[in-house]
Amino acid sequence: MANFDIETADGRREALRRMVTIRAFDEEAGNRFADGEIPGFVHLYIGEEAVGVGTCASLDSDDYIASTHRGHGHCIAKGLDPKYMMAELYGKAEGYCNGKGGSMHIADVDAGMLGANGIVGAGPPMATGAALSIDYQDRDQVAVGFLGDGAVAQGQVHEAINLASTWDLPAIFVVENNHYGEGTPVEKQHNLENLSDTAQAYDIPGVTVDGMDITAVAEAVAEARERARAGDGPTMVEAQTYRYRGHYEGDEEPYRDDEEVERWREQDPIESFKDRLIERGELTQEEFDDLRAEIEASIDDAVEYAQETDYPELSAAYEDMFVEQPPELERFANVARTDGGANGGDHR
Amino acid sequence: MTAQAELEQETETMTVREAIRQGLREELERDEDVYVMGEDVGLFGGVLEVTSGLYEEFGEERVRDTPISEAGFMGAATGAAATGTRPVVELMFSDFMGVSMEQIMNQMAKMHYMFGGKAELPVTVRTTEGGGMGAASQHSGTVHTWIAHFPGLKAVAPGTAASAKGLTKAAIRSDDPVFVFENKMIYEQSGEVPTDEDYTVPLGEAAVEREGEDVTVVATQRLVGESLGVADSLEGDVSVEVIDPRSLYPLDTDTIVESVEKTGRLVVADESPLSYGTHAEIIARVQEEAFFSLDAPIQRVGTPDTHMPFSPPLEQEVLPGDDDVRAAIERIA
Repeated sequence: MANFDIETADGRREALRRMVTIRAFDEEAGNRFADGEIPGFVHLYIGEEAVGVGTCASLDSDDYIASTHRGHGHCIAKGLDPKYMMAELYGKAEGYCNGKGGSMHIADVDAGMLGANGIVGAGPPMATGAALSIDYQDRDQVAVGFLGDGAVAQGQVHEAINLASTWDLPAIFVVENNHYGEGTPVEKQHNLENLSDTAQAYDIPGVTVDGMDITAVAEAVAEARERARAGDGPTMVEAQTYRYRGHYEGDEEPYRDDEEVERWREQDPIESFKDRLIERGELTQEEFDDLRAEIEASIDDAVEYAQETDYPELSAAYEDMFVEQPPELERFANVARTDGGANGGDHR
Repeated sequence: MTAQAELEQETETMTVREAIRQGLREELERDEDVYVMGEDVGLFGGVLEVTSGLYEEFGEERVRDTPISEAGFMGAATGAAATGTRPVVELMFSDFMGVSMEQIMNQMAKMHYMFGGKAELPVTVRTTEGGGMGAASQHSGTVHTWIAHFPGLKAVAPGTAASAKGLTKAAIRSDDPVFVFENKMIYEQSGEVPTDEDYTVPLGEAAVEREGEDVTVVATQRLVGESLGVADSLEGDVSVEVIDPRSLYPLDTDTIVESVEKTGRLVVADESPLSYGTHAEIIARVQEEAFFSLDAPIQRVGTPDTHMPFSPPLEQEVLPGDDDVRAAIERIA
């Protein structure tokens, strides 16, 4: 079953809904981080919504994705619930990872979301592995590894693509070229016109599409998916997009000027898609405004839920290390806790 | 279960290499989701011949040759384990862990925890360790301390043919990431191995390989056999108890502590470098729990903090062996 079919009016409406949800979620996450409510680091997806949603529009709900440090958009595109995502950002027990992953590690393997990832370039090997499971068990699925333009310089990315190509695995590598690897422009990181040219080294198709155009992304991924399912191996899809915000929230962005950001904003993926739907008579501006208001209210609810729900019990710090817990965890948890079990005592 | 009780089952004599291969074969037969992957494990049969014959028996889907890309296939194995299959990875030499450490430490070790328990990672990594082959520094490392130290990973290190088979099978059946550290100098050693297909060595259970009253020697891998030889040669003078922890994490602290409470003396013999390692961990636990049972300073036998040199006399100089175990016992007995 498709997540949603962008070939239909209902599917396009759903795609728009997910893009607007991502933007509203991340704007609010940015605000809550600025107010000091969300700890750690937050990397926002604003501006790149068409890539995550366009990709997931061409996937079935049981396909896998492996994400990046900028993973909120991928989670929402895949169908995860913003309420539990926000709770995870707050470090609360009701979060997707019981508050132990945070923004950079949201995962729901049962939903096909193999995790955002704090290590640049670590997702593609994971996607290759999921594709290996699919291929090994003759399942009718595909696995997508998202990576940024910066990750294209990482060795393990090339090892993963080479392995997937050599074994004809049903994998798709989606390069989100947002033009900056952290604070360094893509031109200073690669001597390539198109990052998808790297696909040639693995004798797999590599295409570069307009990542601000959701239908262009969805079409390229749909083609890659057909190829993967036919047993013809992986494809690399480079989506040219742009990160409106800094690398992380709080980034002062000394590496670029406001005019550049404004130029990209003129091609905003949500505005342009909405305008097209209005032109086609599938949507009115009023309906869109209502949709956005409804989504913003739901994100407010998610924030309220995250604020009010509880932190995990302290014992959770020692839980979920393993499926079969070794005795060490109890032994050393007793040492660590302030309420007893000091060194020298019998904490066997 | 003691090593003795395990061997009361029906057994067959075989080498450590054959025992591991038999363990792999039985698990490949038992569970369709299990497959072996790594560099040269298939057509070639493994550079140290552990997987020899399995490719012919099970085919290229289940005994898969990978490109020479440790980070790529270690990551792929992690992703494959998280999505419903049970890969058994052979990492040719443990020194190559350096190349794949990102996927080991940041992905495999942390996923279950970071995801709040929402991913199971039934991945097994088999790798070789140890000096003595003239293989020089980049193919002779003993690095199991890294993995045993790192939260989220389990580490086992067999010292006998029986435990080699039993630990391999237990690792494959475990839903957690388990590293099996095989000392390559004992592949040719023979021993009695239980033939029961359900024989496993549970992770976290040490074996008392020899009972004694005066000194406890906790020895791993190659040093198990060498310590047993020393214990035999000291028979009548010093009564030596030899324990093989078999599993380094989890570690069977209770069996070691009970032994030290009986003997009052401890030697820890492990080939890894001496600083901050396996020895220190075992000693720390004994001191925490049996300090007042100790009658003498604890002794360590290991590799002084050097790399394995190539030149044969230099290699023999740094490699810990039975002479070192004997000297350590004699210092405190």
